[in-house]
Amino acid sequence: MVRIDAKGKNFQQLNEEIRVAENSDITVEHCMGQRYIGAGMSGKHLLLLGVPGNALGCYLDGGSIRVLGNAQDQTGDTMNSGAIIVEGSSGDATGYSMRGGKIFVRDNAGYRVGIHMKAYREQQPLIIVGGETGSFLGEYQAGGTIIVLGLNSEGRTPVGNLSCTGMHGGRMILRCRRLPKDLPPQVSAASASKEDMARISGFLNDFCGAFGISIQSVLSEPFFVITPNTKNPYRALYTEN
Amino acid sequence: MGIHDIIPEYEVLRDPQRCTVCRLCERECANGVHSFNPKTGKMQSDNTKCVDCRRCVVFCPAHALKIVRNEESYRTNAQWDRQTVNEIFKQAETGGMLLSSMGNPKPYPIYWDKMLLNASQVTNPSIDPLREPMETRTFLGKKPHELRRDEKGRLRTDNLPPQLDLDVPILFSAMSYGAISYNAHKSLARAATALGTYYNTGEGGLHEDFYKYGPHTIVQVASGRFGVYKRYLEAGAAIEIKIGQGAKPGIGGHLPGSKIVGDISRTRMIPEGCDAISPAPHHDIYSIEDLRQLVYSLKEATDYKKPIIVKIAAVHNVAAIASGIARSGADIIAVDGFRGGTGAAPTRIRDNVGIPIELAIAAVDDRLRQEKIRDRVSLIAGGSIRNSADVVKAIALGADAVYIGTAALIALGCHLCRACQTGRCNWGIATQRPDLVKRLDPDVGTKSLINLVSAWKHEIMEMMGGMGINSIEALRGNRLMLRGIGLNDRELKVLGIKHAGE
Amino acid sequence: MRDRSNGLGGGFAAYGIYPKQKDLYALHVFYGSRRAKDECERIIHASFDISVAERIPTRRVPGITDAPAVWRYFGLPFPKLLEAADIDEREFVVRFVMKVNTEVQGAYVFSSGKNMGVFKAVGFPEEVGRFYRLEDYEGYCWTAHGRYPTNTPGWWGGAHPFALLNYSVVHNGEISSYDANRRFIEMHGYRCTLLTDTEVIAYIIDYLNRRRGLSLKETADVVAAPFWKEIAAMPKEKRGYYTYLRNVFSSLLITGPFSILVGFAGGMMALNDRLKLRSMVVGEKGDTVYVASEECAVRTVEPDLDRLWSPRGGEPVIITLDKGVKV
Repeated sequence: MVRIDAKGKNFQQLNEEIRVAENSDITVEHCMGQRYIGAGMSGKHLLLLGVPGNALGCYLDGGSIRVLGNAQDQTGDTMNSGAIIVEGSSGDATGYSMRGGKIFVRDNAGYRVGIHMKAYREQQPLIIVGGETGSFLGEYQAGGTIIVLGLNSEGRTPVGNLSCTGMHGGRMILRCRRLPKDLPPQVSAASASKEDMARISGFLNDFCGAFGISIQSVLSEPFFVITPNTKNPYRALYTEN
Repeated sequence: MGIHDIIPEYEVLRDPQRCTVCRLCERECANGVHSFNPKTGKMQSDNTKCVDCRRCVVFCPAHALKIVRNEESYRTNAQWDRQTVNEIFKQAETGGMLLSSMGNPKPYPIYWDKMLLNASQVTNPSIDPLREPMETRTFLGKKPHELRRDEKGRLRTDNLPPQLDLDVPILFSAMSYGAISYNAHKSLARAATALGTYYNTGEGGLHEDFYKYGPHTIVQVASGRFGVYKRYLEAGAAIEIKIGQGAKPGIGGHLPGSKIVGDISRTRMIPEGCDAISPAPHHDIYSIEDLRQLVYSLKEATDYKKPIIVKIAAVHNVAAIASGIARSGADIIAVDGFRGGTGAAPTRIRDNVGIPIELAIAAVDDRLRQEKIRDRVSLIAGGSIRNSADVVKAIALGADAVYIGTAALIALGCHLCRACQTGRCNWGIATQRPDLVKRLDPDVGTKSLINLVSAWKHEIMEMMGGMGINSIEALRGNRLMLRGIGLNDRELKVLGIKHAGE
Repeated sequence: MRDRSNGLGGGFAAYGIYPKQKDLYALHVFYGSRRAKDECERIIHASFDISVAERIPTRRVPGITDAPAVWRYFGLPFPKLLEAADIDEREFVVRFVMKVNTEVQGAYVFSSGKNMGVFKAVGFPEEVGRFYRLEDYEGYCWTAHGRYPTNTPGWWGGAHPFALLNYSVVHNGEISSYDANRRFIEMHGYRCTLLTDTEVIAYIIDYLNRRRGLSLKETADVVAAPFWKEIAAMPKEKRGYYTYLRNVFSSLLITGPFSILVGFAGGMMALNDRLKLRSMVVGEKGDTVYVASEECAVRTVEPDLDRLWSPRGGEPVIITLDKGVKV
């Protein structure tokens, strides 16, 4: 394991150091807002202390990034593979256009989490948020899985307004007693079936293991599964001219 | 005819290979163009009667008919074209004023087509209306001057003067029962209700059967006061005082007694066979303070529960007139540009009087803001709004909403043959003949209107989203969203917009 | 935070910095020429009883070039003038500012409050801070901004904050409703002269809060009003309230992405547009509240926070002296 001190370094310097480090196990201390940490990275495992800046793990292509604290906006932007684990909250547009790998956020996440997430062949992206998210969760979702648990929400719906707007692929799983009231007509929502729960438990085991949370407490509340009910919901809107 | 040889405008071409002599065209044409010649066993056509309404073309089961412009002409002359010569022949023949229908067809500049819209890029995100909220709801009416609070310090919301609440900033313009048919009115009323907007009775009164659409009806009080009485005033959601209309500013109207029969007579509350003459002015409004009196008389008669609209034609001093109207107690001003349609108007008035709505709305909006009274009234713009881009541009210039008339009729099947004044509309729209009226199926008509306005609403939402705007109020008067193209400095100044590239 | 701006504008607003002259208006003015200064000072001295007139102390800083002359004046409007015009002193000051900014070429009054001041220039904010010797001032509330202009070239008057009386506004984003807002607010005596859309926000807040008597929360409910769909789902009274405001003040709805910090005497309000298209975090430690576009900015100043959170789109965070954080 190698230590890198980020204090006083701008993002270019810091990221260059991380790129050339020969050891694949790297701890970065005193992060304070440096952007693009782990951009396009693969094959390395970063542990970050402090506050990494925007676009953490953008285009991530393998390996892992763990943050002992909060992450900011655009975490995992256009990520292709790998893992980002945040022991805290993340900001807006977490996992924008994510194509593979997984993002686990222990606490809350901001607006537009998982926006335009898409799967491709074996790549099945996954986002799990332990707390609550803001509005526009999963906007334009085209594939993959988004799970929001609301672990401290006492059954309250753990998402903001206008979730799933534009959803046309993949699935969203919410742990709560009541579905959001403003789901768009292009999606269908149902209580999680036994098969659903089997698959979900697999993901949750991974999540709980990452943060030392008991899976029993997670499984104690009901789960809903939301899926799009048509691949091309907007066809009737146009007329040839 | 003799020396005044009026060259027919159209030629009916019938493909003899296809024509099966089913005589459907004969039945469909109320103008008597087609007839069966028993001697030859073939169909024949009288070109002089054809108005190019295309009813026969559309309905011929064999697709045998084609109406083309008659290429016959006098010697080419840019100053004395065929139409000009024909018109003189007609007047020499009859001694009459030329009478036409629908809006000004002359090639004056169309300012809508010389304005371009903005889109947001980089510095401001465009918005996708299919996925993010995009709001076209708007209110028309006077806004309160003062804010009041209750004992707990909370804002009181009960001091709002009466408003119209529109789901989409498009209303159906005034077209009277008499000018258009019962089925046309029924379609407009039902479509307005379904769309969350309003239609306008025009000056022919409100048919008994349509009182139930009252909450989506604007009742008009025109100079002839046809059908105006307390129950009528109470029936609508708003009352419109018609001072003028774009097609014929400054003059009145005349529906001949022959058309005042049955329901028309009942709805207008005048005897059958009696001419329906709408005087040029309201004879109780000879000066601006008289308008104020009329406005308040209507408010008193309806217990201040209805917003009052004043509709004027766009003329040279429209800005000053609008300022006067805004101070008269009116809640909404409707301005009708020179392209506005009509059932009948003298040709010369229709083609030469009035100014374009684009310039008028810009001037009115500017003037009201300069005088700091823009929030005393809402503005409706009309006068051949053709599509959703015109709507967006009208709002960016300063209108709160638009009136559509011609576009609505086209949705109902009008083919703009401009022969409405004959009363023989083959599409069942601008006629009272029962055999013709029944050709317009109100169910189909309603659906067509709903389709049109819904489609425009979606297009408006797309254009707004492109501009980074998600609520229509942020578009109102937002001149920076427009740029002129091919406009001179003076035109740009009147419109209050910059040129493309600036 | 340097990554977020491009050096074409930086500025600060500070409250509580002139304790010795706290009852006097502190006018901060840019002069592009001697003539502008002479002309403007004629108007200043004719309108205000000025006790102190001086250059704002600055130091030379590489990166801040082409500086106009920057002056400040402390004084009160002549009571006789207020009587004659029958307006209160705040209205008088607003009219004075609009008059100078439209009529005196090359002069711009960019701060006009009591016991507060705006310091701004073309440059990165850290350079601007050094230029104006901000280490010499003490205040209870500070806002700061780095500009990345979207519509107009960078110039001294166009940097943020924009201020009028005690209100100051810094803004991240672009207002798509700008011309609709401007053409409404200019009916009420304001003039947008500083070539930056943010200016209109300052005037809207002055209009709604001071002239129409709306509270800051009510003001936020006008400029960042909820969507009709959300309003339809509210209980009757709230529905009536929001519908009324959206109808009556429809031309003051602000669309387009924005994060704003509004400073006022005694506090600060943070507000995001209702789609929350710009970032904003609030950090709290003891009796200090921090608001910034990124968490790292807050942590650099105070690494150990009691609480850190993100406000929702359209929900104002109002922080005042003595009363703590209101959401």
